[in-house]
Amino acid sequence: MNRQQLRTTLLEELANIAPDIDTDDVDDNARLRDEYDLDSMDAMNLLTAIHERLGINISERDYARMHTLGDLLDYIGEHSQR
Amino acid sequence: MPSLGADMETGTLVEWQIAPGDHVHKGQVVAVVETAKGAIDVEVFADGVVEEIYVEANTKVPVGTPLARIGAGADVRPVEAEGTTAERARAAEAKESPQPEREPEPEPQPRPTAKPEPQRAPARAPGTSPPASPAARLRAREAGIDLATVEGSGPDGVIVLQDVEALVTEREPPARAPARAPAPRPGFDATEMRRAIAAAMSRSKREIPHYYLATTIDLKAAEAWLDNYNHDRPPAERVLLSALFMKATAIALASHRSLNGHYVDDEFVHADAVNLGMAIHLRGGGLVAPAILDADTLALPELMTRLQDLVQRARSGGLRGSEISGASATLTALGERGVDTVWGVIHPPQVAMIGFGRPTPRPMAIGDALAVRPAVNVSLAADHRVCDGHLGALFLGEIDRRLQQPEDL
Repeated sequence: MNRQQLRTTLLEELANIAPDIDTDDVDDNARLRDEYDLDSMDAMNLLTAIHERLGINISERDYARMHTLGDLLDYIGEHSQR
Repeated sequence: MPSLGADMETGTLVEWQIAPGDHVHKGQVVAVVETAKGAIDVEVFADGVVEEIYVEANTKVPVGTPLARIGAGADVRPVEAEGTTAERARAAEAKESPQPEREPEPEPQPRPTAKPEPQRAPARAPGTSPPASPAARLRAREAGIDLATVEGSGPDGVIVLQDVEALVTEREPPARAPARAPAPRPGFDATEMRRAIAAAMSRSKREIPHYYLATTIDLKAAEAWLDNYNHDRPPAERVLLSALFMKATAIALASHRSLNGHYVDDEFVHADAVNLGMAIHLRGGGLVAPAILDADTLALPELMTRLQDLVQRARSGGLRGSEISGASATLTALGERGVDTVWGVIHPPQVAMIGFGRPTPRPMAIGDALAVRPAVNVSLAADHRVCDGHLGALFLGEIDRRLQQPEDL
């Protein structure tokens, strides 16, 4: 899966969690928590969806360092190549 | 029509899930009511046989209006084609006055079963619609789809929103299919909800002499325990810090009974169980505070599952009457949004609101030295008619102590 496909997958999951987000207009560098109002429960649901769809288990410690969609894409890209 | 909150004056009966002649059991979902808080599943308050239905679907009636009669099954009347039901409802009301029997009283629920059941599927009787989730029912109604034509993919063949959406998409011209507009919750009216919140909060500030207390709690032990607990678990099994806050609060409420209950008719009534309301922000505006029933008795993973389920249903529709009106005290965790301290407004007829601010590293004096510790500000807004600050201080002290021993939560 290339970065663009990954991005589409993540946006689909983001739309499930936060239907009010316009997925055509998501900035990869905007902070998910602040810009898109994702709380800790939303974040957990997003991590659960990533784990189920992509088989990538992002630990809490790692997630704490990720703030944007771009961070998530970097992490997943890196870990799915292993 | 049950009162699903102090602020509710009328409700629209959207759908019956029962028909005359059906046997019903206490706690069974029998109808869906649309309120300012969205569509709510209404549970019946007694066992018996549905003898007569007074109010037809899609009718708006005041709180207190009898909706149906439940008895031993001796006098079952089928639903009539012509609507004389309203007249009979009025007659029944007159007969039963001065205190018409309300449909399901917002009463303490029977102990919840092991697993949350977002949608319990009632046995299907002839003449009733197939089992479906409230969101699915509303969507079907909006789109003019007969539920009998939908095949359910949920547990036991229950029709879920996706099943209806699939049919809607199938029917719609392709041009409209990829609609990306923000979808408001089914049955949700932002103006109505704002009005309902305004009414409840005005009443609170008018009637309840609030007192406020706050303290800072060291979270080192709680965070270390949580970090260790979550470390090897997949995301779906992890527990959030909020669940620890809820459990510590619920236990403290159980031993400080003057904070756990309702102030009704100039009198405080203790609640038999700790039904902890959780303030849940709805995307797109508004707020609901449904309850997690018997929160003090639930193990942390179970509490976490309930919380997730509750948040999901609060945002998509499908809360139950007992959850909406059953809270005995409420917790708000606005710290998620970055504020240090929350000064709560009590939701009448409750008498306490507990607020958790943002957990953040802070300088703290530990013994003789200064250390940086994760900490959170916890506040209490309580009703001075029922208790004094002394008790409130003891209560916050217990939350603190409980959070120092997370392994016991």
